[in-house]
Amino acid sequence: MDKTDESKSTTARLTGAEILWATLEGEGIREVFGYPGGAILPAYDALRKFPIRHILVRHEQGAAHMADGYARASGKVGVAIATSGPGATNLVTGIATAMMDSIPMLCITGQVSSKALGSDAFQEVDITGITLPITKHNYVVTRAEDVAPAIREALRVAVSGRPGPVLVDITKDAQQGAASFDFAAAAPAPYRPHPMLRSESESILKSAELIRAAKRPVILAGHGVIQSNAREQVLALAERLQIPIATTLLGLGGMPATHPLQLGMMGMHGEAWVNHAIQQSDLLIACGMRFDDRVTGTLTTYAPNAKKIHIEIDPAEINKNVKVDVALIGDLAEMLEVLLPHLAPISGESAWPREVNAMKGECAVRDIQNLPDTGHLYAAHVMHDLWHATGGKAIVATDVGQHQMWEAQYYKHEEPRSLITSGGLGTMGFALPSGIGAKVACPEKEVWVIAGDGGFQMTACELSTIAQENIDINIAIVNNGYLGMVRQWQEFFYDKNYESSPILSPDFVKLAEAHGIPGATVRTRAEGVAAVKAARERKGPFLINFLVEKEDSVYPMIPAGSALHEMIRRPGNNPLIETAQDV
Amino acid sequence: MLHTFVALVEDKPGVLTRVASLFRRLNVNIVSLTVGRSEKPGVSRMTIVSDASPTAGHRIMASLYKLENILQVDNVGLASCVVRELALIKVAATPKTRSHIFELAEVFRARIVDLAPESLMIEITGVESKIEGLIQVLNESEDRILEVSRTGRMVMRRGQHTSRVLDAMRAPTTEAEELPEEEIAEEEADLPQ
Ligand SMILES: Cc1ncc(C[n+]2csc(CCOP(=O)(O)OP(=O)(O)O)c2C)c(N)n1
Repeated sequence: MDKTDESKSTTARLTGAEILWATLEGEGIREVFGYPGGAILPAYDALRKFPIRHILVRHEQGAAHMADGYARASGKVGVAIATSGPGATNLVTGIATAMMDSIPMLCITGQVSSKALGSDAFQEVDITGITLPITKHNYVVTRAEDVAPAIREALRVAVSGRPGPVLVDITKDAQQGAASFDFAAAAPAPYRPHPMLRSESESILKSAELIRAAKRPVILAGHGVIQSNAREQVLALAERLQIPIATTLLGLGGMPATHPLQLGMMGMHGEAWVNHAIQQSDLLIACGMRFDDRVTGTLTTYAPNAKKIHIEIDPAEINKNVKVDVALIGDLAEMLEVLLPHLAPISGESAWPREVNAMKGECAVRDIQNLPDTGHLYAAHVMHDLWHATGGKAIVATDVGQHQMWEAQYYKHEEPRSLITSGGLGTMGFALPSGIGAKVACPEKEVWVIAGDGGFQMTACELSTIAQENIDINIAIVNNGYLGMVRQWQEFFYDKNYESSPILSPDFVKLAEAHGIPGATVRTRAEGVAAVKAARERKGPFLINFLVEKEDSVYPMIPAGSALHEMIRRPGNNPLIETAQDV
Repeated sequence: MLHTFVALVEDKPGVLTRVASLFRRLNVNIVSLTVGRSEKPGVSRMTIVSDASPTAGHRIMASLYKLENILQVDNVGLASCVVRELALIKVAATPKTRSHIFELAEVFRARIVDLAPESLMIEITGVESKIEGLIQVLNESEDRILEVSRTGRMVMRRGQHTSRVLDAMRAPTTEAEELPEEEIAEEEADLPQ
């Protein structure tokens, strides 16, 4: 028990509801996202006694995504609160999103009284059963005295090892009942590290040996670089041995985008030269990533000549998709700290980074950014201009679809935790609420939400949250009149049968104005630049509706079942060329 | 291939569901699962037999350890163990046809634990092949098997190997060092070093 814990304890008897808030307060939580209802009302009733800001959402999915965005932007646990039954089930998509991307999140749900459990009482749902496979762990609390230990343990579980969402379901009588509150006594058992973590000196030496022997090594930097704060160590490894770095979608921002060894994004919509570099590599050093199918293409043809070193905190990820030669199982930064002393810097320039650079070939010349202005507005322009205006320093929350991939290609993230995107689950509707959460977590940061016209409408109700809570974020809707990524798949793989992908949207600017949020619709690049400038100069939220080219596609693209290097490139006779290597 | 795991788990509501749900999620069939109290209060011991690809053992064990309520997992693999299963078998038999079943029971070191006018019940313990052997003989001798209830495999390692997690739990201060690392290493033959 440490001193600070003691000072947070009182011996007073409190209600379970008060204990809930007092425990959250004691844990340093100052903001929560939620929506009230019958089974959680005792908790809401007690809220005003505590220095905790509650952001009232418009749909509980929004609360979960906001807590998620809060966690991604700050590294702290995000907290979402909902009532029983429909409130709890509305959280589910948000919980699964956080689970897939290993986001530390605490969901608190109200539940019917313990005596009514299992009786199909009004608004009763078995939310711990429902969320069992999409949480790291969950709890049912039926007594006031169990509230504090459950919440404290849940928070410990959420952040320890590989982070993830945890749900605590608290019955109404547990909130209403009284118990003595002792913050210190409610401390959870110490974290038990996964017993299969391994970092024998043998593996370290073998890794060092493989790295020294490699002629064409590539570092694969994943989300773990950000979660483990390992930028410095990964950069040290890269710089010491001149190893180029390829990044996963969730790894973007982990490495400074403009670093000379940083290649860009790998995978299904990765840069062509990045995927080629991986395929030609003789050693992959996977740092905090899990060889997801979106980054490997077909496994049988994946980096066929490369040895693989996997540095990863979750033992269950080792050899799951890709069989590796050495596994260092543990915290990435710690592992690299142990490994680095075994690697002397190489002198002189090595040939491999130059070769990789050469693979970029004509991409730069053919890049859409460098083509003469045709008067059309392309999503790539929007991303590029946003990047340019914000210096790559804004927090950007993206939705799911084509714009998400263009953002990843064209917005060069310099800072960790500056890209908030749903990678694993690919949840449309994520951008707006997660952007709100990010802004609440980092009020001093500039936050942009970038969404497609489809995904924006999935959670557009949260505009009202922005208005009520006066959340100062800017919103860019990349409006192509289609569910763009679906349309692209239909174009490539379903004979252009655009079934159910054209989508009608409201006038987004009017919609924003109905919420008291100003906005502008833009049709040209020049208008776009001006609107971005206006949005940035103005205090308070602003929405820009970018009417972009309707039938543009994201290139390169690896079709399902193809090897990583078998990319569909932008057709040669099309003057529009792929990706981001410009100035 | 069959993988057998012996797991020490917290004796709390829902723990069995968590374990079962994990196997379901991994799309791995549970062949048998026995669970009961262990020598330590509040801790149950499970023996889980599952049918999965030869390389799946590592991932199953690593995933089991990710469940908060799991204290220790032992992938017993080819280690030297005592394996037992208990079966109750009800066979149709009249006073006239009983005697050869008595003989069979003797041969299989099984016991008759219930006699009724039209049936009798055999209790047999042993490895699966022994139990299957008895069932097969009964079938071949055209005895009508009315009911079979089997516990599935229970496994315990031979010799000194005790649960070090449980030892550690008795002395909480040394918990971190006492985790059974080398036992785990043993089972990770499919892991790169
Ligand atoms: C909740 C959800 N439903 C369906 C999908 C499948 N999906 C993936 S991308 C996409 C189209 C997105 O369209 P839009 O939001 O307009 O963005 P764009 O691709 O045009 O940039 C769809 C429907 C999904 N990812 N999430």
